[in-house]
Amino acid sequence: MTRFDLIVIGAGPGGYVCAFRAAQLGLKVGLVEKRPALGGTCLNVGCIPSKALLHSSEHFAWARHDAAAHGIRLGGVSLDLAALLRRKDEIVSRLAGGVAQLAAARGVTVVTGHAAFTGPKTLSVTGADGATQALEAAHVVIATGSAPVELPFLRFDGRTVISSDHAIALPEVPGKLVVVGGGAIGLELGSVWARLGSEVTVVESLPRIAASFDEDVGRAFTRMLQKQGLRIEAGAKVTGLRPGSPAVLTAERGGQTLELPADRVLVAVGRRPYTEGLGLERAGVELDERRRIRLDGHLRTSAPGIWAIGDVVAGPMLAHKAEEDGVAVAEWIAGRAGHVNWDLVPAIIYTHPEVASVGLGEEAAQAAGRAVRIGRFNFAANGRALAAGSAEGFVKLIADATTDRLLGAQILGPNAGELISEVVTHLEYGGSAEDLARTIHAHPTLSEAVKEAALAVDKRALHAV
Amino acid sequence: MTTLPVKIPPMGESITSGVLAKWHAADGATVRRDQPLFELETDKITSEATAEAAGVIRIAVKAGDEVRIGQVVATIEVGATATNPAPTPAAAAVPATGSPAVRRVAAETGLDPAKVSGTGKAGRVTKGDLLAAAAASPAAPAAPAPAPAAPATSAAPAARQTRRKLSPLRARLAQRLVTAQHQAAMLTTFNEVDMSAVMALRARYQDEFVKRHGLKLGFMSFFTKAVVHALREVPAVNVQLDGETLVENHYYDVGVAVSTDRGLMVPVIRGCDRLGLAEVEKGIADAATRAREGRITLGDLEGGVFTITNGGVFGSMLSTPIINPPQSAILGLHAINERPIAANGQVVIRPMMYLALSYDHRLIDGREAVTFLVKVKQAIEDPARVLIGL
Repeated sequence: MTRFDLIVIGAGPGGYVCAFRAAQLGLKVGLVEKRPALGGTCLNVGCIPSKALLHSSEHFAWARHDAAAHGIRLGGVSLDLAALLRRKDEIVSRLAGGVAQLAAARGVTVVTGHAAFTGPKTLSVTGADGATQALEAAHVVIATGSAPVELPFLRFDGRTVISSDHAIALPEVPGKLVVVGGGAIGLELGSVWARLGSEVTVVESLPRIAASFDEDVGRAFTRMLQKQGLRIEAGAKVTGLRPGSPAVLTAERGGQTLELPADRVLVAVGRRPYTEGLGLERAGVELDERRRIRLDGHLRTSAPGIWAIGDVVAGPMLAHKAEEDGVAVAEWIAGRAGHVNWDLVPAIIYTHPEVASVGLGEEAAQAAGRAVRIGRFNFAANGRALAAGSAEGFVKLIADATTDRLLGAQILGPNAGELISEVVTHLEYGGSAEDLARTIHAHPTLSEAVKEAALAVDKRALHAV
Repeated sequence: MTTLPVKIPPMGESITSGVLAKWHAADGATVRRDQPLFELETDKITSEATAEAAGVIRIAVKAGDEVRIGQVVATIEVGATATNPAPTPAAAAVPATGSPAVRRVAAETGLDPAKVSGTGKAGRVTKGDLLAAAAASPAAPAAPAPAPAAPATSAAPAARQTRRKLSPLRARLAQRLVTAQHQAAMLTTFNEVDMSAVMALRARYQDEFVKRHGLKLGFMSFFTKAVVHALREVPAVNVQLDGETLVENHYYDVGVAVSTDRGLMVPVIRGCDRLGLAEVEKGIADAATRAREGRITLGDLEGGVFTITNGGVFGSMLSTPIINPPQSAILGLHAINERPIAANGQVVIRPMMYLALSYDHRLIDGREAVTFLVKVKQAIEDPARVLIGL
């Protein structure tokens, strides 16, 4: 029996960050991971590999479609998919190696295998070879993450019906790819394969894609993706898959049937908390009605000394949110004052252009009965965006009509994911739109669009009418 | 180098706080010992504090801030001299910390963000907090706008009115006057007095008086002595009410109303029964000077049994003064004008003044009040009566 102050189950961004922070605070920490590599979904099959593919495919698309406009003649542009995927794998393994190095440097004991509770404070970890070891700790953090949701009539087979895990490693560019689900994962991976040459159709059951964003943002975003060749079928409910070559995905919208031929069907309708085989009942850890681990306001489960963070609990399934959960739990366990502001978790779709949001959108603010003022500024009037040849989209800021306090931001445009950060900071400090407008933004940068949107809240944008 | 705290001095009695109305020294300036440092306004008086030592002053509170008795409002680095010129007031007026919008609203409204409770991260003051504070205190003085003059259209409504918060002195005065009106059963009796005799005495002895005492013989000393005489003759007027107890005063401390640019003040001349005319004149002159210079102390204003107010210096023909609680009567003097009157069956022209005595009818009956005023009139018309005791 190996004893720790803290055992973290799952070495994704939530789990390993939690382990590192606890080690910094002087705790003896065990980190259990069933994958051979650390980093979890995010690093191995999620955020990082998909970003590698997005960047590579964007370069490819740029070389094919945009280079000439910059006066660059490239001659024939062709794809070496194997090299593209190899580059992605190298990035993943380099980062995973980095996490392992950090764990060693911080004295965190990494235990490889599948963990299951044997009692309230005891775990057994079963390795790939079937050997088990017993662990015990005063505190256990469950950070087991999530897995892709499978539809009953679209079981993953890894060939025709694939999940995001497969879609980051297809051996060839599918002729026709149908993506079920118009959220971040489906749109990002759909974009990757569309740029690489697939005919991509996105089927979304809700009335619009990127449904967590305001309608004006979603509408403009849809048009941009359509211009890039993606076919968007919103408000369509998938009804089944007819096998064949190609297979035909059937969907229904307003009584009409859609038939979508598909060499591959990527099902990206969401992720579910991953709790199987954990032996939660032996530890007394309860689940909620959606099979997420039930928590109090401080990430404590129903079992004393057992905590849970990240995708396995309620809230947005985002790596940065899981990391903040992990840091807060480590600090709470060490008797420090941990803190997470769950109201200000930025969310980003890394398409081109990117879409990013934080805080309250216009619709959410209105639904909450708040009087707001909106400031909007188009990248078409931003010098840097024009120079870069990427001047689509706009910055939209939502501010309280009375106090001018910023409530949220939605950005559709180049580098939106980076631009949202300063707004998060302003929100975190309770800043007003005027504060943002009175903060100097370097020229010429994309960030000037954020400042102009802040000015526009008070109807005094300088570079727009 | 020692550092000497500059504190708000004790003011006596009920005074626990006031407003630091004005700094006479700039932050970081070198001050001399006994140099006036600041003016303090309380609800009774305005006073001045001086430096206890020479050195460089570091100011801790702004002019206009509310301060408590004993509060340290500045420190003096004893013996030091200023190395840097004092910061310009314009720079000091804008708070150096806070978000850009907070600084802007603070500069435009004159609000101190440090005094606003913050709702931002870790209690930071947000623009919304400051806007709410500004909305809650519409009388806050607008700071001088750093921007070029605003368009005339927007400036016009503001120019038609200026809004200023009442000074504590004025607010207290207002409260006391209303209290007197509400609590006392106040009424006023009138008479007129022929000033010929007093004017003749003044004309006759003025030069000698000035030579001897270094100040002019005025009417106020005659009236003060006349009031003491009348109070002695009609002791029922020298009374005050304390709850359900009637208090009879056996002393003659008379308040004399003095107009200053900070408001009306009534310094009290002590023991007027034992003072000669010259001493009364001197007491009034000293008190008036200190009141106008804001150097009067609380002790100077308390304990009077009767008040004389002279609206005549401003040309008033007739008025009904309001008594100064807890006193029960007040004598109002008015302008001296030549008027035809009947004397010994002849119409003659005499320098005449109307007298008004307001009194609290809860304690003083009409007979006493009228008799008192007649005694004052007689003492002025025939000063020898005071000497003889009639």
